[in-house]
Amino acid sequence: MKSIKVTAALVAAGVLALTGCGSNSGSSSSGTLNIVGFSVMEQANQKVFAAFEKTAAGKGWQLQGSYGASGTERDAVLGGQAADEVHLSLQPDVAKLASAGKVASNWADNATHGICTDSVVVFGVQSGNPKNIQTWDDLLKPGVKIVTPDPGSSGSAKWNLLAAYGAYLKETGSDAGAQADMKKFMANVVSWPSSGRDATTAFENGTGDVLLSYENEVILARQSGQKLDYVDPSTSLLIENPCAVVKGAPKAADDFLAFQKSAAGQKLYVETGFRALPGVDVGQVSVKGANDPSNPFPTIQNLQTIDKDFGGWDAANTKYFDETNGILTKLKADSSQ
Amino acid sequence: MSRRRLDRGAGLGLGAAMIWFSLLVLIPLAAIVVKAAGGGLATFGHVLTESETRDALLLTVKMSVLVTVVNVVLGTLIAWELVRDRPRRVGGAAGVGEWLWGKVRVVVDLVIDIPFALPTIVAGLVLLSLYGPHSPLGLHWAPTTQKAILVAIAFVTLPFVVRTVQPVLEELDTDVEDAAASLGAARFTVLRRIVLPAVLPAIFAGASLSFARGLSEYGSLVLLSSNSPHRTETVSVRLFAFIEQSNTESAAALATVLLVVALLAILVLDVVQRRVARHG
Repeated sequence: MKSIKVTAALVAAGVLALTGCGSNSGSSSSGTLNIVGFSVMEQANQKVFAAFEKTAAGKGWQLQGSYGASGTERDAVLGGQAADEVHLSLQPDVAKLASAGKVASNWADNATHGICTDSVVVFGVQSGNPKNIQTWDDLLKPGVKIVTPDPGSSGSAKWNLLAAYGAYLKETGSDAGAQADMKKFMANVVSWPSSGRDATTAFENGTGDVLLSYENEVILARQSGQKLDYVDPSTSLLIENPCAVVKGAPKAADDFLAFQKSAAGQKLYVETGFRALPGVDVGQVSVKGANDPSNPFPTIQNLQTIDKDFGGWDAANTKYFDETNGILTKLKADSSQ
Repeated sequence: MSRRRLDRGAGLGLGAAMIWFSLLVLIPLAAIVVKAAGGGLATFGHVLTESETRDALLLTVKMSVLVTVVNVVLGTLIAWELVRDRPRRVGGAAGVGEWLWGKVRVVVDLVIDIPFALPTIVAGLVLLSLYGPHSPLGLHWAPTTQKAILVAIAFVTLPFVVRTVQPVLEELDTDVEDAAASLGAARFTVLRRIVLPAVLPAIFAGASLSFARGLSEYGSLVLLSSNSPHRTETVSVRLFAFIEQSNTESAAALATVLLVVALLAILVLDVVQRRVARHG
């Protein structure tokens, strides 16, 4: 018996020794900055990281990205994953980090209201747009197959479905009308992948006629040589991805966040398909993969926003995505019965 | 039964094994159950009565059972082909056909583990291109039909039965079979009375592994299944959604239900195996 105790003590000591090391040094002017982002940011951030490391503020710092679904990354940071800055898909994910004390409670009190990147919801279509999809009404036609990620597991899906709801609400003028249209919409959804990226991959492999997606995600796919087209609908929703510095991070994290929002940082994001933040002038940028690279971001006639048209994320989450009573949750659950 | 003391080496070994096992398996499993219990019985009730989750659970169990049955039959057959049915040297050199079959056997033996080695998301992508809308075989199963789920689970669980049965067959001495045959037993009788009882535990061990793996499969279904509620949504996908919504109580409750289902299946398989072994 004694020997078992000795072994246990040895192993326990070993575990303690392993977990004991690896504490972070406080205020320094060089080291590694851990950036935690939602999956779409992975490719977009590469150039931004490299550019920041060349600035005066970023000198001596090495940026390291960790990416995944917005909710997964949120939980990873809550669980103690090393993070100096977070850049997630949905405002509530950062708000949750703030209420857990990981992020300052006033994280959104700044010129961009805590937003780092903007995009809009668009229709991805198969090469040449064989079904001639142009409007939200086209998505309701019998036989049109829609791919959009699962709102239960994906932040980008929530943007997509709210964009659809907002468009139908505007057309029909009533919640009842919008819900009737959403019912037809849901019946046309042939696949609910777990994330925006999975949805793009499934679509590229031939699933569906229409992919609801972020404009930047589709442009990026086209930059990577994927054969798909896209249509900017005349009514859409402005996608706003929040970012915040994690408490206790070195000052360089604040500098990086400022760089992301600066004209230089936004220009790099614009090149990968994002729309520039309001008030930031990035000048004339040619965007490869856009329908018209010299005029990459046509004005959306009716561009709705989460705050103006849906009362903010807290209200929208309760009304549309509550696990049991959300309007869209219920419509989805009934869609294939 | 006399009491025996563990000598020093055995004690160390047992201690290390138990600590390793606890760190990796017992503590995480206990944590899941505790987490689920934290939500109270109401969470279990809610998870099991919600029709979307219940349908996902039923679908997953159904698919895993079907695939396990297929694996038991075909996996045993593949193992048999790999080990036995060697070209018989009837008076000298084997023919070209037999030589070729020998080579094919070597390749199959190497390739059979690939479903283990391949990241499941890659498996999903490959299967989607084979059985999806652009299928060169004309089989448009993915992503909207349950057949696609069947294919995915069958793919990732293929090696289990093969790899558990194969070494047992290799160790099995053919002398006993020859003796039985020389005493006048028909080939089928030899298989049933001599070979089957010997490989049965291995078949059932492979079947439990295959079933448990099927229950938990996630990666390959991400692209291959359309995740439509009530039709093609599996438990693992549902679980992932719970986690993403920070509904960890429901996720833990559903995980606990899955653990119980897997445990029950292993128990049932064990009982069936004993029965079959006894009544041969």
